[in-house]
Amino acid sequence: MADLRNDFVGIKSPNPFWLASAPPTDKEYNVVRAFKAGWGGVVWKTLGLDPHIVNVNGPRYGAIWGADRRLLGLNNIELITDRPLQTNLDEIKNVKRDWPDRAMIVSLMVPCEEVCWTEILKKVEDTGADGIELNFGCPHGMSERGMGSAVGQVPEYIEMVTRWCKAATRMPVIVKLTPNITDIRYPARAAKAGGADAVSLINTVSSITSVNLDQMAPEPTIDGKGSHGGYCGPAVKPIALNMVAEIARDAETQGLPISGIGGVTTWRDAAEFMALGAGNVQVCTAAMTYGFKIVEEMTTGLNRWMDEKGYDRLDQFTGLATPNVTDWQYLNLDYVTKARINQDLCIQCGRCHVVCEDTSHQAITSSVNGERRFEVIDEECVACNLCVNVCPVDGCITMETLAPGAVDARTGRTVTGDYANWTTHPNNPASAAAE
Amino acid sequence: MTRGFEGADVKAGRLDAEAYQDNFADLHPALSRHEAFVAADRCYFCWDAPCVTACPTSIDIPMFIRQIAADNPDGAAETIFDQNILGGMCARVCPTETLCEQACVRETAEGKPVQIGLLQRYATDHLMATGKQPYTRAADTGKRVAVVGAGPAGLACAHRLAMKGHTVTIFDAKPKAGGLNTYGIAAYKTVDDFAAAEVEYIVSIGGITIETGKALGTDITLEELCTTYSAVFLGMGLGGVNGLGVDGGELPGVEDAVDFIAELRDSTDLSSLPIGRRVVVIGGGMTAVDAAVQSKLLGAEDVTIVYRRGKYRMNASLYEQDLAATKGVRIKHNAKPVKVVDGADGRGVEFEYTHDVDGRLEGTGETFFVPADTVLKAIGQTFLPDLVPGVALDGGRIAVNASFRTNLETVWAGGDCVTGGEDLTVTAVAHGRDAAEAMHSAMMG
Repeated sequence: MADLRNDFVGIKSPNPFWLASAPPTDKEYNVVRAFKAGWGGVVWKTLGLDPHIVNVNGPRYGAIWGADRRLLGLNNIELITDRPLQTNLDEIKNVKRDWPDRAMIVSLMVPCEEVCWTEILKKVEDTGADGIELNFGCPHGMSERGMGSAVGQVPEYIEMVTRWCKAATRMPVIVKLTPNITDIRYPARAAKAGGADAVSLINTVSSITSVNLDQMAPEPTIDGKGSHGGYCGPAVKPIALNMVAEIARDAETQGLPISGIGGVTTWRDAAEFMALGAGNVQVCTAAMTYGFKIVEEMTTGLNRWMDEKGYDRLDQFTGLATPNVTDWQYLNLDYVTKARINQDLCIQCGRCHVVCEDTSHQAITSSVNGERRFEVIDEECVACNLCVNVCPVDGCITMETLAPGAVDARTGRTVTGDYANWTTHPNNPASAAAE
Repeated sequence: MTRGFEGADVKAGRLDAEAYQDNFADLHPALSRHEAFVAADRCYFCWDAPCVTACPTSIDIPMFIRQIAADNPDGAAETIFDQNILGGMCARVCPTETLCEQACVRETAEGKPVQIGLLQRYATDHLMATGKQPYTRAADTGKRVAVVGAGPAGLACAHRLAMKGHTVTIFDAKPKAGGLNTYGIAAYKTVDDFAAAEVEYIVSIGGITIETGKALGTDITLEELCTTYSAVFLGMGLGGVNGLGVDGGELPGVEDAVDFIAELRDSTDLSSLPIGRRVVVIGGGMTAVDAAVQSKLLGAEDVTIVYRRGKYRMNASLYEQDLAATKGVRIKHNAKPVKVVDGADGRGVEFEYTHDVDGRLEGTGETFFVPADTVLKAIGQTFLPDLVPGVALDGGRIAVNASFRTNLETVWAGGDCVTGGEDLTVTAVAHGRDAAEAMHSAMMG
């Protein structure tokens, strides 16, 4: 049995699965249920100043679905906690007292005035919480009041508020970043400059999930109007992974602890975030889709995988994939693959053929000797991988690597087995200039 | 009227009213909207989809399923009707397990094809419930066309001709239109008088008149039709039935399965239909299964289908055979009738086991006896050529060319009555539709 215990900036939890600051962590009742189900920690839903905010009384969520109405993306216009500050503080204290082994982080969002932060920090410290997370991420509602992503989109504000908080508390400070920016490295660098112990990302993506064509209004529709909301769930995972990797491999932020967030639904998602450098993960949509019990799949799955791979502790695989994230210009142009279709597994749907024919390189047959048969034409195959991705049968189409000495039938060139990238390619004007 | 042998145990009302209702309820209940979405999501939208190739009417199945998935069931129905105006009935009666669903790549992948038949029904039901059909007649061409037979071939032909602006009169010998859809298919496959509703829907395009109770050869002649109409389509199906050709084959207890089914379909009170306590059905096609299963559902105690060849040679699909078995019908393969007896020694049919000798079917000499109060023969139907003097035949049915034209200049034919007919509703529809296109071209020069 691998050891799933997690130590994230000194905050200990029995496993690396925290519930993100969101509706599931708004109340003692929910959080206790989560801890009973096995979650390693929670980031309590964002606290603000009294008088507490109010939420809409119409629908708060919109969604997109995949086949069989599987929820792929969720969008929300819910604001921070809409309960009195003291109520939350009391409950946080109760839960931390009753569940001392679980991580208790408190998310905060108050106006950009130092006194606001220092005052609320004192109150949070009194609860015995393990750390705080600065909500610089929410893209809806609070941003209109100069908070949330309105702060997260201005690196100078991030640095300033982080510094205030670090000066005012003994608790570790995690800065939650918004993805609604052009380059995630700038806000991450700002957080680090302000003294942040860690960053967590991504918060939700600004979005309109769908339009009600009868009302001609975005969903969720409130009395005929809608507002952009924050998008999350499996659909945003690729965006989140990239942003985590960008921070993990950036020279300035390398080594800055990251709590990975964005569409984590299974143990594998978590392992991927951690392989790219996240010290743990936070989950929301999966719990909001299936309930708290899904954490069991995550812990058992991660445990089994770690055992299979021989990892005893989380830190043994954390960040292992980070060095393999590189710039395009360093990819090996002498690495040649060809698609291969396993005829025994092929169910003859023909999608590989038609997408290659219509939208790509005309490299897959539709018939051979008059029979319906899908084969790769090596002379045309550029190894784009589209056929692999559209094939409905897992493992039916694979990419075969051409060994050194093999001839690429498309280019006529012999595979050298050497490494040659764009920086030295003769077609690259910059490489020519460098000579 | 099923009477059975003289003095045999044949009676009506074997079941209580609720049992009749349950027994003859929809075999495959319609998909709900949710079920349709789940089922539609399974379609892979294959390229040059094998299901389309397998469909005799070449319905664009992946497209209509995608339209269902995109919450456009009426658009899906139009895609279906473009190719097959009887898509509603075909959704119910097609042996999809040997056509589109057998070809479905998910049958290959998982042994669980996309539920194409049920999805087709979902779409067509949805549009038909509105009472609107997506087609309008073209401007009147002034051409008048006669269609003989208001079955699937004739209806499909008439609809397509009406679309083209021709004026069509359909003649049918029976009192109700619909042909085998109305008279020849198990009731639980087409509940709520769907066959009649479909006829009404098809005819609602306008320009089509149906004259029932007009039999070719009795009330009208082909010669008359040829002189009165610009073109004639023959889609009257098969009027004759094969005889058993064994001793006792003409005894009163031996009846035609097609007549039994027709009577059942025409009945408004199933409890008034007499059925034998013990029924033997001889044959191996859909008619045999439909007759046997419905006998059982009417309350017959022992129902046995006896087919002269093996399981895989039966025209009834394996699915249909399983259905029969599920309903309590016993199927005996590899046996042929030797004689039908009704006397002191017993009442029923003596069979001889058969085996295949170099492709020929031969008796083994070993016999067995199946007691019966009623014997239903379902050993195939025959075309009655006397009805169409001057029309060339091939193999006992009407000979047609690739565009379903007969040897007569203005006469086309399709459905079961032509050579190559497959005794399938969907094939008949394809014939009628394609013949109409050819007739239109010929008439409009």
